[in-house]
Amino acid sequence: MEWLQQLINGISLGSIYALIALGYTMVYGIIKLINFAHGDVFMVGSFIGFYSITVFGLGFFPALILSMAACALFGVIIERIAYKRLRNATRIAALITAIGVSLLIEYGVIYIRGAQPEAYPNIFSNKSFEFLGAQISIQSVLILSVSVVLMILLQFIVHKTKTGKAMRAVSHDVEAAKLMGINVDNTISATFAIGSALAGAAGVIFGVYYTKIDPLMGVIPGLKAFVAAVLGGIGIIPGAMVGGLVLGVVETIVSALGFSLWRDAAAFIILILILIFRPSGIFGKNTREKV
Amino acid sequence: MKKSKFASLFLASSLLVGMLAGCGAGEEGSSSKGGESSSANGGETIKIGANLELSGAVASYGTSEADAIDLAVEEINADGGIDGKKIELIKVDNKSDAAEATSAAIKLTSQDKVVAIIGAATSGASVAQVQIATDTKTPMISPSGTSTTVTVGDDGKVNPFTFRTAFIDPFQGTVAANFASNELKVKTAAVYADNASDYAKGLAASFIKDFEAAGGTIVAEESYVAKDTDFRSTLTRIKSSNPEFVFIPGYYEEVGLIVKQARELGINVPLMGADGWDSPTIVDLAGADALNNTFIITAYSADDPDGKAKAFAESFNKKYGKEPNSFNALGYDSVYLLKDAIERAGSTDGTKIKEAIEATDQLELVTGLYSVDENHHPIKSAVIIEFVDGKQVFNTKVNP
Repeated sequence: MEWLQQLINGISLGSIYALIALGYTMVYGIIKLINFAHGDVFMVGSFIGFYSITVFGLGFFPALILSMAACALFGVIIERIAYKRLRNATRIAALITAIGVSLLIEYGVIYIRGAQPEAYPNIFSNKSFEFLGAQISIQSVLILSVSVVLMILLQFIVHKTKTGKAMRAVSHDVEAAKLMGINVDNTISATFAIGSALAGAAGVIFGVYYTKIDPLMGVIPGLKAFVAAVLGGIGIIPGAMVGGLVLGVVETIVSALGFSLWRDAAAFIILILILIFRPSGIFGKNTREKV
Repeated sequence: MKKSKFASLFLASSLLVGMLAGCGAGEEGSSSKGGESSSANGGETIKIGANLELSGAVASYGTSEADAIDLAVEEINADGGIDGKKIELIKVDNKSDAAEATSAAIKLTSQDKVVAIIGAATSGASVAQVQIATDTKTPMISPSGTSTTVTVGDDGKVNPFTFRTAFIDPFQGTVAANFASNELKVKTAAVYADNASDYAKGLAASFIKDFEAAGGTIVAEESYVAKDTDFRSTLTRIKSSNPEFVFIPGYYEEVGLIVKQARELGINVPLMGADGWDSPTIVDLAGADALNNTFIITAYSADDPDGKAKAFAESFNKKYGKEPNSFNALGYDSVYLLKDAIERAGSTDGTKIKEAIEATDQLELVTGLYSVDENHHPIKSAVIIEFVDGKQVFNTKVNP
């Protein structure tokens, strides 16, 4: 069952994209900023997970939680230092700052620990079982379930908690939210914290699933997640999940058909097509922007 | 933009690693040089030049070869020399620099009037001497220059006086094909090559050509690009074509991940690569279990049970107190290749020696049987190493 196997490959890849894309989309939804440093938060999360497993000897779940907590804090610090004072500046100024922050994190990490890659330790057995003729490894089941749990948790936070309500309100209309007594600064920080925690989780999962991590590993997954977010409709949370999964499956199909060298191109061709034909994405509503 | 930055960074870091490795090897070997070259007592000697990287960026290659050349010359002289004449070795340091290599070659040919030159260790420094060798009709043997341009010029013509001891990169594809069809006796194979590297593409092309010539079928031919991390979808595709063997020319950073992911997907057939796999990091990336039943090709293994290789390892160990590496073995072999040619030529005339080297047929050397083809590329044995629980174990030697 080659196709079932490919579908599993695609969903595993897609769930990592989806986790990163969520952070992009949440931040965009709330302050209309494409946070290009997000892919590097993912990288930092991966390294925090790596060091907590190898140096502190933690297991997968403690490492995952530690990495998520550290990334949440990291995301808030980035927001407070780099983006907060630009909140009323032009959007291009904030975007350029985001690129600067991204490069700062990448080369900061290289400065601290060097550019050499690391191999994630094998924390799960390499065992796999057969299901309808497809080989499913225990890792990929675990990774998939962790991603799904995190996504459900996110939906719960956004729709059932006060912070979530505040986030939705700020995303809808900052001024009105302010008038209603919502602390906008704290809400934006909370958004960065949650988005970055998800990126941190994606980093640890990526490390376990793909083994090799390096300081520039965030660049390509970051861009792919951005494509996923745009594909689903940037600013829309379910859109990022679906966009990530669709992108993962499409890339896998492209490779499965024997065009593996076109895989990265496929992702960006999708971006171009979406921008031409449906700029608001799969889940987006066509709203006219007031000039 | 980011990609190129990463590439240069990677290059810089690998260069640094190379230099560090060089320092270690250089220090150990440099204590035992000199002396031997003046062993001629009044009688006629045969002057041989060694134009090597004794200092600079790749000093570890040059000094490794110089150590082994010293050992070989010492042995030959103790054994009565070549046709009764002792060898006088004249070593020149080319400082790992092409321009220095050219002036070293000029010095050796015009001042010292050497019979032949051994060196340089790298392709770049070797190419820099080609013109001098051709003009002065002095045969030169590069122990470890693997680029085709060392012996074949840009115009496709063979450089008449230039030879090499190491096999060229694409030859490893031929070795892999022979090993797969003769030793593993497989009939179908898949090839999964790094599309971003000429090295890997060259190996893949020669593997496919020779595997098919031996009656095998290539059932899948796929490629990846360096820096990829997800190979599962392509591997699934390879798996569905049911190959009995997968040839993966590439470098250890990606190959480690490919091997791991292939085993997870249930591809349990033998996997094989070339010297690009040869790094301890591959064990970390792939895991020792996944690496079982995988094979790589190298020029020389210290575990080779063959008589000549064993004797060399022992005498090298006795003189220098360490295990010889590939560069040692190739430097040592270059001297014996030259000795054999001078003996058969019965003369120290450059053109006659050149003709004798060209006629070398199945000469037994430490790194295996050696013959020369029309492009002055060696046709020689290669060593197959198998990974067993993360350790490199000598498997077999494939003769041409």
